[in-house]
Amino acid sequence: MEYSEKVMDHFANPRNVGTIEDADAVGEVGNAKCGDIMKMYLKISDDGVITDIKFKTFGCGAAVATSSMATEMVKGKTIQEALQLTNKAVAEALDGLPPVKMHCSVLAEEAIHAAIADYYKRRGLNPEEFMGACDMNCDTCGKH
Amino acid sequence: MERVVYSDNAATTPISKNVYNAMLPYLTTGYGNPSSLYSLAREEKKAVDQARMYVAECLNCEPDEIIFTSGGSEADNMALKGLLFRKNFPKNKRHIITSAIEHHAILHTCEFLERIGYEVTYIGVDEQGHVKMDELEQAITENTALVSIMAANNEIGTIQDLKAISALCHSKGTLFHTDAVQAVGHMKIDVKDMGIDMLSLSAHKIRGPKGVGALYCRKGVVLEPLIHGGGQERGKRSGTENVAGIVGLGEAMRYAKEHMDDYLPYVASLRDRLIEGVLKIPYTRLTGDPVNRLPGTASFVIECIEGESLVLRLDLAGVATSTGSACSTGSLDPSHVLMAIGLPHEIAHGSLRVTLGEQNTVEDVDYLIEKITYVVKTLRDMSPVWDEKMSGQPMLNLFDK
Repeated sequence: MEYSEKVMDHFANPRNVGTIEDADAVGEVGNAKCGDIMKMYLKISDDGVITDIKFKTFGCGAAVATSSMATEMVKGKTIQEALQLTNKAVAEALDGLPPVKMHCSVLAEEAIHAAIADYYKRRGLNPEEFMGACDMNCDTCGKH
Repeated sequence: MERVVYSDNAATTPISKNVYNAMLPYLTTGYGNPSSLYSLAREEKKAVDQARMYVAECLNCEPDEIIFTSGGSEADNMALKGLLFRKNFPKNKRHIITSAIEHHAILHTCEFLERIGYEVTYIGVDEQGHVKMDELEQAITENTALVSIMAANNEIGTIQDLKAISALCHSKGTLFHTDAVQAVGHMKIDVKDMGIDMLSLSAHKIRGPKGVGALYCRKGVVLEPLIHGGGQERGKRSGTENVAGIVGLGEAMRYAKEHMDDYLPYVASLRDRLIEGVLKIPYTRLTGDPVNRLPGTASFVIECIEGESLVLRLDLAGVATSTGSACSTGSLDPSHVLMAIGLPHEIAHGSLRVTLGEQNTVEDVDYLIEKITYVVKTLRDMSPVWDEKMSGQPMLNLFDK
C-alpha cells in the first residue's frame, strides 16, 4: 500500500489543525472499528460562508490527509457549496487513495456534514430540511 | 545530516559482512550444481554440507536432521502438511493444536487444513502472551497429531516455555513443532534439551539472506515432501540447492553460536534503555512479558494515537519501525496478537514495535527515544481523543459502538 505524494504532504504538514473556541458548528464522526475519529470546528458568517475551519483527527495517514484536504476544500465556501463536497472529490484532490483507505475520505465528507447539521441545530432549525433526510446509515456519526 | 535508524529487525535484518563474504564466491565462480559428479561442483557440495553442520551445531542436532527450505514459511508448511500428508499416517490423527498468536505461516496453513477436513484448536494466551498451559493440556487428545507453538512472538517478543510445552506434549503422546523464526540466533536453543521434534528457522532474521531457511526434523519423525522432484535434501525437499543462500544461512548460524554470549546482553541492554525511555511518555505501556522477551524486541501501546500515523511520521524522521494497528494491516481489526492478549481495539490501535539488532548503537536508541517522544506529542496535539482524555471525558462511547 502506497500513499501519493499529495497524501504524504497533507499528512506530514496538515493544514488547519486545531480547534476554534467560539465555533459556530462542531462535527464529530468516528469509526470505532478502524480507529479513526475526526472532529471539525467551523466559523460560519451570517451570510452562510465558512470563514474558518479547524480539525483534530485520531487516525491513520489517510485519515489525517483527508481531514486536511477537506478543510482546505470547504474553507471560504458557502454551506451549500460545502454540502456538495463528496468523498470522491477529496480523494481525487489527493491524487487518489489506496482502496482500503477510501473510507477515510467518506469520514471527512461526513465530518463536514455533521458540523453543518450541528450549525442548523444550534439555530433551532431541522438539518434534514436543508441537507435531506438522515439515512441513519453512515455508521460514523456517533450521535445516533 | 539527519540520522537514519533501522529498528525493524524483526521484519528483516541487514546482511552482515561475514555472511556477505561467505556467500560471494557462490554468487560468482562457485556456480556448480552440488548434485553433479564432476570436480567443478565438489566445492558447492562441500559448502552446503558445511552450512548444514553449522546449523546443526547451533541447534544441537545432527546435520542430517536439517532440511534446507526457501525460508520460515516453507518450513512451517512442511512441518504441518508434511506430517499429516505422509503415507500410512494414523487415520485418527486429524487434529492439530496451535496458538492464537502464531505467525500467518502457521495460522493460514491451519485454516487451509481446516478447509480440507482437519480439526484445529487455537489455544489462547494470557495478557503477556504466554500460551495457557491448562487449555493446552485439555485440548490434547488421542487424535492430536501435532502441537505447533511459536518459540517467541514476532510482535510482542514473549518467549514461550518450550521445555514445559514439549514435556506436556510428549507426556500425552503427541509431537511438538515450534516456529522459531524470531528466536533462533536471539536466544539459546537446544532442540534436545528442549524436547523439540520439529523447528522452523529463517536466515534473514539473523543477518542472513532472504529466501532461505531450514526445518529441523528429529530423526524418527517422517514427513511427506511438499516439493517432489530430483530428490535433494535426502528426498525431503527437491529442487537444486540455493547454494549461496544456504552458505549465508550457515555462516549466520555459525556466527550466532560463536558470538551469542556477547551480542545478546548488548542488544538486551539497548532494548532496556529504549523501553525505559519510551515508558516515560505518559499513558504508554509495554506489551508482552517484561522479562522473558526477545533481547531486541520493545513493543508498546501508546494511548490516543494511531499506529500507522506514528510509523509514517517516524519514517519521515528517519526511523524504521512497525505497528499492529488496523490501519496498517489493511483490515478493520488490529493484529490478531494484540487482540489475543486482550487489548481493547482503541488501545491496540496505538501499537508500536521497535526491534533492535547487534548493529544498533546507544546513540540510535537515544535518537529513537527522542523521535518517538516528539512524534507522539505531535500526534496527540492533533488527536481529539487526547483532548477528551485530558478534559476527563474519555470518548469511550465512540469506541464502544
